[in-house]
Amino acid sequence: MSEVTIEWYIALSVVLFTIGSLGVLLRRNAIIIFMSVEMMLNSANLAFVSFARYLGNLDGQVLVFFVITVAAAEVAVGLALIVAIFRTKKSISIDDLNLLKG
Amino acid sequence: MGNPIVFGLLAVIAIGSAVGMLTSRNAVYSALFLVLNFATIGVFYIVLNAPFIAMVQITVYAGAIMVLFLFVIMLLGAEQLRGVNSEHWFHLGLSILLAGLLIVAFFIVLVMEGSTTSAAPMIDTSPTALGLRLFEGYNLPFLVTGVLLLSATIGVVIFGFSRKRGENV
Repeated sequence: MSEVTIEWYIALSVVLFTIGSLGVLLRRNAIIIFMSVEMMLNSANLAFVSFARYLGNLDGQVLVFFVITVAAAEVAVGLALIVAIFRTKKSISIDDLNLLKG
Repeated sequence: MGNPIVFGLLAVIAIGSAVGMLTSRNAVYSALFLVLNFATIGVFYIVLNAPFIAMVQITVYAGAIMVLFLFVIMLLGAEQLRGVNSEHWFHLGLSILLAGLLIVAFFIVLVMEGSTTSAAPMIDTSPTALGLRLFEGYNLPFLVTGVLLLSATIGVVIFGFSRKRGENV
């Protein structure tokens, strides 16, 4: 137990990913669902960086750049969608978004 | 790959702030817990010999993205949902059961397949080395990322226009 190995980081990444997926499943506020998705992306980034450190190459860190870029674009579009939905429905609870229900 | 005491302390902060984000009733508190979580992961990046990624994590995630979240929460006044707190105990129990199974499955795989070989030696992770690796091996993905950002920008602008004309989105 004197040295932190790669398994510890992967375990932490798994726990954070699971908490994020619980947030997506349990919460009804659309903004909090978006924040949970961000946390899942972040746990994947943590796994990427720890594997890059473990294997001794730079590819994992380069991939983290792409993940961060995609996350930034996703947040901008998603929050614009949430604002637009709020303007029309006066609510961002996902229980109220049933327009496509038959 | 780091000191066990430092790892344990940071892991407790990271998991605690994640649980705080999940259970906060107020969306502003959730966002602030998430800022703490992102900052802790940034410290993990420093421990993992990725200082430039850590700086990007703090400025882009904890800075830009979370400011955008807080701005939208306060713009909409949507800190708390009104009148939708009907508890679905079946959903709650099923979600927690499935999440527990996921964690148990991952830990079984880790225990069975885990190797305790030590990590590779430290390599050069300066921004210069990262940039060289990015433009030598990932040139096409870099260009595709530019197209993605452009299309996202155009999409957001179009949302703004259709709101201004008073259409239903």
